[in-house]
Amino acid sequence: MRLQIKNLAFSYGSTQILKGINMELGSSDVLGIVGPNGAGKSTLIRCIDRILVPQHGTVLLDGQEMKHMSSMEIAKRIGYVPQSISNTFPATVFDTVLMGRRPHLGWRSSEEDIDAVLEVLRILKIKYLAMRDFNEISGGQQQKVLIARALAQDAEILLLDEPTSNLDIRHQLEVMEILTKLVKKKGISVMMAIHDLNLASRYSDRIIMLNGGSVRDAGDPVSVLTAENIQSVYGVEVIVKREADKPYIIPIRSFGD
Amino acid sequence: MPPETTDLREEYTRFIGRKILFIAILAVLLILIAGIATSLGSANIPLIDTYAAIVDRFLPDYFNPSNLATNVVWNLRLPRILMGVFAGIGLAVAGSAMQGILRNPLASPYTLGIASAAGFGAALAILLGKGFVGGEYLVIANAFIFALLASVVIIGIARYKGARPETMILAGIAIMYFFSAMTSLLQYFGEADAVKEVVFWMLGDLDRSSWDTLGLVGIVLVCCIPLLILKSWDLNVMGAGDETAKSLGVQVEKVRILSMVLAALLTASIVCFTGTIGFIGLVSPHITRMAIGGDNRFLLPASGIVGAVLLVGADTIARNIIAPVILPVGIMTSFIGVPFFFYLIMRKRREYW
Repeated sequence: MRLQIKNLAFSYGSTQILKGINMELGSSDVLGIVGPNGAGKSTLIRCIDRILVPQHGTVLLDGQEMKHMSSMEIAKRIGYVPQSISNTFPATVFDTVLMGRRPHLGWRSSEEDIDAVLEVLRILKIKYLAMRDFNEISGGQQQKVLIARALAQDAEILLLDEPTSNLDIRHQLEVMEILTKLVKKKGISVMMAIHDLNLASRYSDRIIMLNGGSVRDAGDPVSVLTAENIQSVYGVEVIVKREADKPYIIPIRSFGD
Repeated sequence: MPPETTDLREEYTRFIGRKILFIAILAVLLILIAGIATSLGSANIPLIDTYAAIVDRFLPDYFNPSNLATNVVWNLRLPRILMGVFAGIGLAVAGSAMQGILRNPLASPYTLGIASAAGFGAALAILLGKGFVGGEYLVIANAFIFALLASVVIIGIARYKGARPETMILAGIAIMYFFSAMTSLLQYFGEADAVKEVVFWMLGDLDRSSWDTLGLVGIVLVCCIPLLILKSWDLNVMGAGDETAKSLGVQVEKVRILSMVLAALLTASIVCFTGTIGFIGLVSPHITRMAIGGDNRFLLPASGIVGAVLLVGADTIARNIIAPVILPVGIMTSFIGVPFFFYLIMRKRREYW
């Protein structure tokens, strides 16, 4: 197991967001985290990357407790892709991606770092954006740049927070295919919070469904993405069909209150 | 390697090259302006003689400048000009660092109330003759200590509350109002002459420069600026937000507090000798960003030189515009800086630079 999370709990003040989460992430695993707004998906990801410090529980990275690892050590091994960022001051796309090399970087960026940036820009097909200002490109393009930055980080584990929320359907598929291909090729593990249940179903090996800060269900897409689970967690009526061995969710209506 | 990749690599190399070129051109410009500034004044010394007098100290027997030139240049003018250079560099680098770590384009060395605290320290010394150190350094030491005191309070609050930019800015503004009110209170009860002296002190002036004070400021610059430049990558990453910076291994709170300490030290050590020279620390980073972008590796040194050019330029005008009356440079920096800054803002097509 790459990541083992035991009894993880986190609160903002007196509001408890995560209540004793237990889960695991294997190597070459694509793990989708689904759940309604406020279920704790983003918080879970931030706790794992120690952007937020959980009050209880342990996170083991290859058997080692992350609490005792330096932030630089963690940054070399875990990459994080936020939903969006906004730079206060201008930075080119190239420099933004180069920031992903920060854990490996001396004061001068080496040829190797520049190679790494060029390579991920090529993989994500955004080389044409390289010298544009990050703040002046579209939301979808920004999202691809942030993914590129995490790839440039060269980490074994990628944590993505809604990696496709700003992308059109073609770029959604493109990004997911790039990620799954990297998982196979480089043996990295991916954990992503994702709203689109069909994308989650199509590309995840396993799915964890969160509700109100606890794990509601975990397993392969077929066993987790059932009409009953979705109905009780989201309060919506859906039809679940099978399409190429994966569940395919068709929304019908919301139950309201 | 496919040809397009090579192109992008070359483009990036050129992109970096342009920034280095910008810094080189500025450095030459600074030497030129400092020379011109040194040659201007009541005693007429041509530019060539000025440089000759300066170089003669390091390479004797080549230029043989006149005694007058050597005397005026080395004893009267250079301390002032060099203080302008040092103060410009220090304030601008401190401003760039503060804007970076606080992620706020309005931040400047004075945002955290450092200047008003220094002003209060000076006022206390001038009006009541009370301070931490006696003698000729009474006013300077008092200004310095109060400036540091203000930063210590803010950094203390930041440590306690988690060093978020908003907390620090709000605390700084509160400190600024507090010390302004304290200074007003002192002035309200002060003797007219002493109050006038306080006002003069706060205007900001390079008049009080000497080789001794230059040495002190120089030491602080040499200690603080390289450390800040070493942290450029962390500052760059923090520009994308604390979350991103943490995920990239930057210890955000530590870097923010360290940079604050360095910026405060720079500011305090300059302000205590010159009084408050506004605007340089605010606009130099912006002017530099418009020219070469926000990469702190280049922004910090380049904005320092921009600050020096602006300050020496402003001081030269302040000394000569209605000579023999010398205006305080603190007034002139804004008079020159504001229209220039407006021009840059209007000229830019983009939302931001």
